[in-house]
Amino acid sequence: MAFSIPASGTSRPVPTPRRWLGRRLLRHPGTRVGGTLLAVIVVAAIAAPILSASDPIHIAPALRLRGPSVAHPLGTDMYGRDTLARVLYGGRLSLAVGVLSVGLALTGGGTLGALAGFWGRWPDALMMRTSDVVLAFPAILLAIALLAFLGGGFWNVVLAIAIVYSAPMARVARGAVLMVRHEEYVEAARAVGAGDALILWRHILPNAAAPVIVESTLRLAFAILAEAALSFLGLGTQPPAPSWGQMIAEGRTVMTFSAWPAIGPGMAITATVLGFNLVGDAIRDALDPHQGTAG
Amino acid sequence: MLLALPTALGVLIAVFFLIRLVPGDVVTQLVGLEATISPQRVAELRALFGLDRPLPVQLGEYLGHIARGNLGRSLRTGVAIGPELLRRFPVTIELAGCGLLVALGIGVPVGVTAALHRGQAGDYLANIFVLLGLSIPSFWLAVLLILAFSLRLGWLPPTGYLAPQEGLSENVRHIVLPALALGLALAAAIARIVRSSLLEVLGRPFTRTARAKGLGERRVVIGHALRNALIPVVTVVGLQFGTLLGGTVIIEQIFSLPGIGRYALEGINLRDYPVVQGTVLAIALAFVLVNVCVDVAYGFLDPRIRYE
Repeated sequence: MAFSIPASGTSRPVPTPRRWLGRRLLRHPGTRVGGTLLAVIVVAAIAAPILSASDPIHIAPALRLRGPSVAHPLGTDMYGRDTLARVLYGGRLSLAVGVLSVGLALTGGGTLGALAGFWGRWPDALMMRTSDVVLAFPAILLAIALLAFLGGGFWNVVLAIAIVYSAPMARVARGAVLMVRHEEYVEAARAVGAGDALILWRHILPNAAAPVIVESTLRLAFAILAEAALSFLGLGTQPPAPSWGQMIAEGRTVMTFSAWPAIGPGMAITATVLGFNLVGDAIRDALDPHQGTAG
Repeated sequence: MLLALPTALGVLIAVFFLIRLVPGDVVTQLVGLEATISPQRVAELRALFGLDRPLPVQLGEYLGHIARGNLGRSLRTGVAIGPELLRRFPVTIELAGCGLLVALGIGVPVGVTAALHRGQAGDYLANIFVLLGLSIPSFWLAVLLILAFSLRLGWLPPTGYLAPQEGLSENVRHIVLPALALGLALAAAIARIVRSSLLEVLGRPFTRTARAKGLGERRVVIGHALRNALIPVVTVVGLQFGTLLGGTVIIEQIFSLPGIGRYALEGINLRDYPVVQGTVLAIALAFVLVNVCVDVAYGFLDPRIRYE
């Protein structure tokens, strides 16, 4: 009895897990909307000198508090500076702070959490109690307090946000490692003589990465919000360098005369945070096996 | 719940070290502001902060002072920080409490509507509300609310505060906008969790049994499903209450509310380090206390949860 093999035209090759995940992610509306939003914002920030001919720190008192026009699509602020140019250049700063602080939190907190989950015992207990203390502070309050004592400025803002978000990142990494550290493939690697470093790097981290990726994406949204809040309070990057939060703070003082200086940066923050939230949710849905369809 | 004690001790120690993060030391920073200051005054200031003693002694003294309720005095005004915090605490608690009421008052109905109209217009609208609520910065929302309801419509005062004993209606008028600005993000988080939790509970056998014995949909949802769906909401409220407390710092500043958050920012602007230390400590310990209350609330909401 002969078995017939289906013709190649009727059979579909089984996708690899990575390709399957990619497809689920691309089909998710959150990836499309959020990804487009973020792509527009990133490109706009990079291409700021092309998109706006105005100097974001050039003061022109004669042009102060103008409404939208062809020359100034988002109007001008209290010093006559072009709001669109400041929003575009401010995007560079917000995105840089977001990416650097979350990157630092991921490297520091994520590594410590993964090691704590892998080793267990006292390193784990020490990490958990330390993160308990960090998490006992409301995040923005701790960032404010750190900057109050460290002083403002770009790198101190990055450091403060990174410290604040290291604790939740460590918790997530620890939980993810705990989930896989007793899997059979880990025991098998140990049985054939693999060392701790190799097991952690080659076998545990790739399988524990998913929740950490989701957490990082969602933390990017929080980091953008935190940077804006710190700048709004005057603790972030100092003037005249444009920052979205600081632009809203300045716009607040003149809103009796014109709302435009506060509108543009607020919309930019909302769009960026929305983009990261949508993409973060999409990655979480795509990685969740209980979700039937990603769309 | 007992873990709250070491956490509270950890918070105390962390705040102790916070002030030692100042580049150089606190006195160097303060002296930097004054052009003419004698070395004798510098030595006095170092002694005031206890910086002339070994670190363990400083820590012991600090913990001893805290245990006696002594948080020190403001460097600028000389006013004792503890009583000042107690005077300002009701404003912050009122703001956070009203923010929580706004969050529950908007979040729960939106979440229930989304769950009961899954896949329909109500669900999509609720989803848009959730996404925007989680993305709009509270301080920008506050600015927009002042612009709309105070400057354009003139319905509510843009800033200021009146204590309830000075007139309840004026107190409410002054707290509405700050509470809305503070509570909206939490409302979005609550709506999201109520929706998913209610959908899960509505599919459980006991809900089917309630329907099978002839109960109306309203009673099934409110009387049976919602109560069970609210347990994760308590978790979210507990986790997010810190965000709410942290948010009061910004909202109090925007609306000129004389609470602890504004006191903290005044301390930061004047480099009044003991004030910053005291306010951070007060808010963090309040957050630890809220988490203990949330743990206790689980036991009431779900009798299966018991603490040994």
